[in-house]
Order: sequence, then structure tokens, then C-alpha cells
Amino acid sequence: MSEMICENCGSTDAVVHLTQIVNNQMSTHHLCEKCAAEKGLDSGPAVGDMPLVDVIAQIAEDPAVDTHWGSGQCSFCGLTHDDFRRTGRLGCPHCYESFSAELPRLLRRIHGGAKHVGKVYLPPDPSASELEKRLDGLRRRLERAVQSEDFERAAEIRDQIRALEPA
Amino acid sequence: MNDFEAIPDHGLGWLEASGEHADIVLSTRVRVARNLQGHAFGPRARVNDREAVLREFRAAIERSPGLRDGVLLELPSVGERMRRILHERRLVTRDLLGHDDGEPASGTAVHFSTRDPVSVMVNEEDHLRAQSLVSGLRIQEAWQVVDRLDDELGRELPFAYHHDFGFLTSCPTNVGTGLRASVFMHLPGLVLTKEIGKALRGLGELGLTFRGLYGEGSEVVGQFFQVSNQITLGRTEDDLVDGLERAVRTVIQKELEARHWLTREARGITEDKIWRAYGLLRYARSLSFDELMALLSSVRLGKSLKLLPGLRVYSLNKIMVFTQPAHLEQAAGRDLSPEELDEHRASYVRRVLATEGDVSATDDPSAGDPSSEKP
Ligand SMILES: [Zn+2]
Ligand SMILES: [Zn+2]
Repeated sequence: MSEMICENCGSTDAVVHLTQIVNNQMSTHHLCEKCAAEKGLDSGPAVGDMPLVDVIAQIAEDPAVDTHWGSGQCSFCGLTHDDFRRTGRLGCPHCYESFSAELPRLLRRIHGGAKHVGKVYLPPDPSASELEKRLDGLRRRLERAVQSEDFERAAEIRDQIRALEPA
Repeated sequence: MNDFEAIPDHGLGWLEASGEHADIVLSTRVRVARNLQGHAFGPRARVNDREAVLREFRAAIERSPGLRDGVLLELPSVGERMRRILHERRLVTRDLLGHDDGEPASGTAVHFSTRDPVSVMVNEEDHLRAQSLVSGLRIQEAWQVVDRLDDELGRELPFAYHHDFGFLTSCPTNVGTGLRASVFMHLPGLVLTKEIGKALRGLGELGLTFRGLYGEGSEVVGQFFQVSNQITLGRTEDDLVDGLERAVRTVIQKELEARHWLTREARGITEDKIWRAYGLLRYARSLSFDELMALLSSVRLGKSLKLLPGLRVYSLNKIMVFTQPAHLEQAAGRDLSPEELDEHRASYVRRVLATEGDVSATDDPSAGDPSSEKP
């Protein structure tokens, strides 16, 4: 199987071998990874599928934002912008504060949004306002479950609300 | 409670071929990533961070009535082959095994709940990764199990959470909900009829991603695909889970149409391909894992098309797991060379096919016995 020619582009590294049936004939195709990807055999080139470090690099190269990606450093774990750019990983929870000026842009690029709208975390020994935020979140979920007529889910959420509401 | 034998179902419940569309959807996995306040994330965590995380986690499950009865395996005290078996059963990630044949990092562990099909990896890239891995198409169910566990753990543990960014994770691609739901699908109809590209390309626009299952030589191994959500921030968990489910159901519908086309328009060569694959599996004396997966794919299609009536989907699922190297070595009771692995693999497959529904005498599809569906 080594040194096979990609029938799409002619490169010598066809590593994907694909059997298909057309006109009642079975045929095997040999493609390089790039051409296979174009035919939908691996993740497409959507932004979300680009290696994160590439996305970060692209944003860093954008002159409009480059000034923001300065020489900052997380005061808790010591992670620098360079570390982040190289690995695509943040170092600790505080990094999200340390880099809060530039993260939203990256997050919008990855997720299409930068604001969490999912589960509201209820920490151990919650304050009154944390409890209220959690209840708000649960009420939104309940509304949605009722709207989509998912009554089983709605009943579960109602139980959770009841358990949290002050008696 | 550091006992491999005590893991519920030995961690193999997801093989049982019981969920909806179990012949097309092998398994559903939903996981959430969570981190604790006050410690660096996995890649930057020091030994005392990792040990503190494990200590806090252990204390939390001991306080939590629903989790107290579970099984906690600390990876450094699990033998090397057993660790690889956990990995081959998809219960721990490669990250947790230790790098380059080294020992697993201190503080790495995996906890199995006895109440629900859910486990928690400790000190992976994120401090905690809770996952539910179940058979068939059961996204909602898997999410509910993980959701409940997350609530229980959150009541005991100070999670790193930000009012704008949600649950904080090592990698910004997981932040927000920390939720990744994925469905492992077998799509031979779409591949054989060249519709696969069209069927899967639209997923990107829905915030979903897919990946072919590649073997060592990067060949497409047996037409298996994993579809999962790409986005974790800016949508609710219910939206993410429902969106994946809708998309997967559409893909299943297209796969069924493609299979229908194959039996109508290309019955002869389709049947020939299936029976040839069955013959090779039934009699081969040496099988590489890649070759096995390609042949299993054809046989699995044959089972779905009711051409191989004596077979059960469960047996085919089991073959996929038990023919991996660590499983074969465990059965042999010793390490095996690459050549020996291929021989032991072929021998295992022959034995399963001979004892769990031999179809060689019933090659007339109309003689099918549909009663033997369940494991
Ligand atoms: Zn090519
Ligand atoms: Zn930091």
C-alpha cells in the first residue's frame, strides 16, 4: 500500500483507500489525506476544526489586535501570551481574568459567541444572589422544556427548582 | 475500593447494542469538563496540585450519598496492561496512561459510579471529566446522567466558574458548558454510494464536527465516524444536545436510504462483498486490526440488511473491543509480538463467529431468524 498515487491530485502519498459502488460496479479509490478531506472523509476546513494554535496565531497576526496581545502574564500561574500561543492551553482559572481583554475575540472566533448561557453553577454554601442566578437559569430551562413539550425534563427541572426555593 | 473487577459491567455496558438504532449508532458519549478553583489546569499542574485535586475529589464522593458506593481506581497503582485495557474500553484517555510508556502521573484516577453509567477522570487535561458512555443513540439519557452527577459534585467542590465564560477549562475550545456530546456511527451505505461527503459536510454549519476512524496507516477503517458538537460556549446544554440529536437522526435517515438503494440497485455486488468479508473473518489465520475493522464493517452492514441472520450486533461490538492488543494479551496471559497479535486476533474472531451465531448454513436471507436480536 505504500507509495500510492492520489487519483485526485497525483501526489504520491495516497493514504486513504475508499471502496464505493457506482453503476453497480465496485471500485476502490486512493486519495491523499487532503483530497480525502475535501470529499468529506475527515473534518472539513471549518474554522472550528482548525488546530487552535493556528486560530490563535491568525488572531495574533491581525495588526488590529496585535497590540492587545502584548507581554501579559497570569499573576497566579505565570502563563505568558507566548505560552498560550504555543500550546493553545490556558494555565489556570485566573488566566481567564488575566487575559480577559483579548479572550472574548478568540472565543467568538471558536464558538460564535463569548457569553455563557448554559448551566449556572451553584457553589457549596451559595450566597443569596448565587442562588437566585441558579434559579433564574433553571426557570429558563423549564420554560424551554415546556415549550418543546418535553414534560419529563420539565418535571425534573421543577423538582430542582422546588428543592432550591426558600420554603 | 481499588478493584478492577468491581467496575460495573467491567465498563462494557456500551457494547450491549441495546439503544435505539444500535446497528448504526454504536455508542453515545456525553462528557463535561470541570476544574477546581485554586489549582493550575492539568498541563501546568504540579504534583501537589494533582494530589490536592484527587484529595478534594475523594472527599467529595465520600460525602455524597449517590457516589459513595462507586469504584475509584488510582492509575499509578493499576498494572500496565490493565491501564491499556481501560483505554481500549474507552474509559480513560491516552493522556491518563502516562506518556511514552512512562508511568501515569501521580494523582491520576478514574471513578465509576455504581448507580448510573457514568465515570469521572481525575487529573486529565482538566481536573475532572465526567462522562457517560452508553450503547446506541441515547444522547438525552447520557446528558441527564452527567448533569445529575455534575450537580452532586458541584455541591461539594468549588468549581472554577466565571459569570461570562461559564465553566473554565484548560482549552478555550471547551469553555462555557464544558460539554462534548459525541455519537459513534457506522455509515457504510453513505460511503459506498458516495453520499458521505454531502451528508456530513453540512454538519459544520450546525456547529458540529465529524471525524473518520483512522487506523495506523491512516486508512479509513471500516466506515466508522464520530459526530460531535464543536461549540461549547454561547448555547445551552439542552440546545447542544438537541442539535446533535437532530443532525444525527438526519444522517441516520440518509444512511438508511443509501442502504435501501444498495439492496435495490446493487444487490449482487453488495451481497458478494458482505459474504466475502464474512468468509475471511470466519476462516482467516491472521488479521491486522485495520483489516479486521474493514471486514467487520461489511459484516455489520450484512447484519443490518438481514443477510447474516444468526449474528448479533453485540458479538460484532465485542469483537471490536476484545481484539485490541491489551485485551488479546490479557486473554493469552502474556505479551504478544505483532505477528502473534494478528494470529490471536484471527483466532478470537473465528471462535466468536463459530459459537455466537454461525450463519454459514443459512445463506438464504429469507431463512433469517429475527428472534435473536438481543444479547
Ligand atoms: Zn490528492
Ligand atoms: Zn493562570
